[in-house]
Amino acid sequence: MLKTLLVGAALALPLPALAAVEGEVTDYAFPYEGPLGAFDTFQLQRGLQVFTQVCAACHGLSYVAYRTLGQEGGPELPEDQVRAYAAQFTVFDQSLDDGQGADRPATPADRFGASSLSNAPDLSVMAKARKGFSGPYGTGLSQLFNGMGGPEYIASLVAGYDEPPACAPADAPGYYNVAFSAGYYPDSCRDEEGEPTTPGSWIAMPPPLADGQIEYEDGAPNTVEAMAVDVAAFLMWTAEPHMNARKTAGLTGVLFLSVLAVLLYLTNKRLWARVKKPAAAPVTRG
Amino acid sequence: MSGIPHDHYEPSSRPEKWLHRRLPIVSLLYDVVMIPTPKNLNWMWIWGVVLMFALISQILTGIVLAMHYQPNVQLAFASVESIMRDVNGGTFLRYFHANGASLMFFAVYMHIFRSLYYGNYKTPREVTWIIGTLMLVLMMAIAFMGYVLPWGQMSLHGTAVITGLFGAVPFVGESIQTWLLGAGAVGQPALNRFFSLHYLLPFILLGLTVVHVWAFHHTGNNNPTGVEVRRGSKEEAQRDTVPFWPYFVIKDLLALVVVLIVFVAIVGFMPNYLGSPENYVPANPLKTPPEIVPEWYLLPFYAILRAFTNDVWLVIAVDWVTFGIIDAKFFGVLAMFGSLVVLGLAPWLDTSLIRSGRYRPMFKWWFWLFVVNFVMLMWAGAMSPEALGGWIPAISLLGASYYFAYFLVILPILGVIERPLAPPASIEADFAAHYDAQTGGTHTIPTPAE
Amino acid sequence: MSDIAAPRHDGLHDGPHEAPHGSPRGTRRDFIYYATAGAGAVAVGAAGWTLVNQMNPSADVLALSTIRVDVSGVAVGTQLTVLWQGKPVFIRARTPEEIEAARAVAISDLVDPNAENANLTDASAQATDQNRTTPPFSPDGSPAADDGTWLVQVGVCTHLGCVPLGQAGDYGGWFCPCHGSHYDTAGRIRRGPAPRNLLVPRTAFVEASVIQLG
Repeated sequence: MLKTLLVGAALALPLPALAAVEGEVTDYAFPYEGPLGAFDTFQLQRGLQVFTQVCAACHGLSYVAYRTLGQEGGPELPEDQVRAYAAQFTVFDQSLDDGQGADRPATPADRFGASSLSNAPDLSVMAKARKGFSGPYGTGLSQLFNGMGGPEYIASLVAGYDEPPACAPADAPGYYNVAFSAGYYPDSCRDEEGEPTTPGSWIAMPPPLADGQIEYEDGAPNTVEAMAVDVAAFLMWTAEPHMNARKTAGLTGVLFLSVLAVLLYLTNKRLWARVKKPAAAPVTRG
Repeated sequence: MSGIPHDHYEPSSRPEKWLHRRLPIVSLLYDVVMIPTPKNLNWMWIWGVVLMFALISQILTGIVLAMHYQPNVQLAFASVESIMRDVNGGTFLRYFHANGASLMFFAVYMHIFRSLYYGNYKTPREVTWIIGTLMLVLMMAIAFMGYVLPWGQMSLHGTAVITGLFGAVPFVGESIQTWLLGAGAVGQPALNRFFSLHYLLPFILLGLTVVHVWAFHHTGNNNPTGVEVRRGSKEEAQRDTVPFWPYFVIKDLLALVVVLIVFVAIVGFMPNYLGSPENYVPANPLKTPPEIVPEWYLLPFYAILRAFTNDVWLVIAVDWVTFGIIDAKFFGVLAMFGSLVVLGLAPWLDTSLIRSGRYRPMFKWWFWLFVVNFVMLMWAGAMSPEALGGWIPAISLLGASYYFAYFLVILPILGVIERPLAPPASIEADFAAHYDAQTGGTHTIPTPAE
Repeated sequence: MSDIAAPRHDGLHDGPHEAPHGSPRGTRRDFIYYATAGAGAVAVGAAGWTLVNQMNPSADVLALSTIRVDVSGVAVGTQLTVLWQGKPVFIRARTPEEIEAARAVAISDLVDPNAENANLTDASAQATDQNRTTPPFSPDGSPAADDGTWLVQVGVCTHLGCVPLGQAGDYGGWFCPCHGSHYDTAGRIRRGPAPRNLLVPRTAFVEASVIQLG
């Protein structure tokens, strides 16, 4: 029944919550988007560099093990570089000193440390914990076509610091950011109905990036926006390190099931032929 | 089984005879698998097999996930991340299980809508329908408890809201809520027991599935015409039916594979689309997320729960009549559970003598409105009450009212006032009309043979 | 099948297994059934393998199956004990006297003549002292001259699994207090109920002062 199929399609449109997204999120293009997308290894390495030199000062990555920096589908650092990278950091090992515990250099088997600042959230799964797109009007269509937008949100936030609007008081706590909508917003900038007149709000994190702050070894662009996109891509990898393999498995599954569906369709057709048109059933050649 | 005359299993070899005398299991399975099935079943009859596949695969993936999951508030979130990162195939297994719940609910809603349209719930299939309603309630409990396990923000705060429903029961509500949670608030005791029950209840569901199948095997399947299989003789029955194996096993497998193509595409390419990003934030009892929204498949019932606010006249009236015992919150809870009860009562509320909606022209409109209304309730359940200029509560109330009106008012009245069309004389006639080589397969219903 | 062209089929007996009269039509008809069943079996197999393979050691477990140990702080005549795969491993820098004592023992005097060294390609190698030690780091991979300083062995008594005590026993090596097994300076069982020499695990120097276990 065509009607039923349409109903089925309507039912299939899920309805995620309409988040209060009053921030501006730019739909940056990432190489891993789409069913056939994959991470760009070099972008992940650049993002790792940004994270290490800038973000790691406050933010943790406590679900990510150093060894994963060398695994397939990620930054793919060589084994000795992974070891050297890990050795920069110390971990507290309870088994040392006869059970008393002591610090030692990290090995690849260890995980990144936790956030050193209490209000700096851990970034391991941040790219999946935020939504950049929603709606329209709660239909979920935007996320269907553009993706959930977590990395886009992160990149927009990191690059979204701006001059505060004139209506804002001078002592507004934090820094004005056009992508961040969950922070302080002064009443002096609201209109008669209490709606904000400018996008975004004030965030506690100071602007982490400045143009040219980091020199990439491969000479890639290092504007704030470029670095923001690189670190956002890296954070998408930390959130979903097996994305490449997952998409490959999905594609393999879809293709194989399609072949199986065709075979089953032909089997079904042959089987039912003698029931549907017993008189006109083709005396088949099999 | 099913009262339809058919050939039975005859053990032929000596081992077969030996077993058959001691435990006639081969005979039982033969009768189950070879049951004469109306040959005119259409593609809306596939969902039972999809549900069976979903339940079995959820159990299998769930068991292997449980080998790695830790039901402890300190470790739960990290253990799920470890599954995603370290366990072989863990990413796919976790996403398959999480999205498998959505697959199961999508299938169950299609399955239920099919039954509502074609009158599968009508006599003599009431018990099948009641068991099905119980299975739906059980599915909701299982899904809800499963969602708690990753111990994200939505897991914790969603549980607080839903267990708060039990707290709305007058007099004993708080005790019930404390008993459920094992504490004053959602925490370790709740997580532990939900894990235990989440593991157990699917097997209860499996048992109910067996009884469900037994029930409709006993009565025989319904079919799109609502006309019963002719049971005068085996020859007559064979004109209306084909054995389930191989005809419907292969047809259902084809449909299942097509459904799986879509499902595997979702799991592989957009596995977080149906979920909430908020659940990737580790649970923090001190911080409530901006919106607390259940998973999509619970949204219609969530909308019904929220629709009955304390400015609704009916709620005010009931509150006054019951001296404040049934307040708005409890009213909402009663309405939510009531929506499932009223679904279960459909066999007795529908007064029509004609089973299938195909031959009920007035009914069709109300039915499709019910479906659209259900989807609209789903949408409204996700929206915040302030959204869209504050229209959401009114829309939810309208939707909830129509939901109840469909069962309590429309179905009873329609059966009396409607003038139905004449169903075909037999399933064979319906099938032939659909596949008539001469007419090129037009979908005309022949006049009943006199 | 349908060359009998009867409008009614009981369906019970004309299932897909029935090839009519063994004709070429039958095998051709059956091909689609076999192809479908085969493809279905592959799908089920892939799913089954995924469910079985998840029980194999996960990445974090595998990561701990190989560890690197910095032995630069291990002076000659001392031993470092590390935990590896849940078991203690003795890493000892032997003194020249211990090395000489070990090399002076005849194979025929040993309870277990097998080297018990996982690094040797020949599983039946004899338990000479040279076959039990770990050669120093060789940057280009060629065999390095081994003076026998480094002895690496799993510190689990081969009798019933207790941890032997170092610098103890009648042979100057290790002594297991549980049931009185004596091991010599090359970790070979000399007296007592233990049947085998202390096992030498897969081990090698990967840097001048770093040993990799596993």
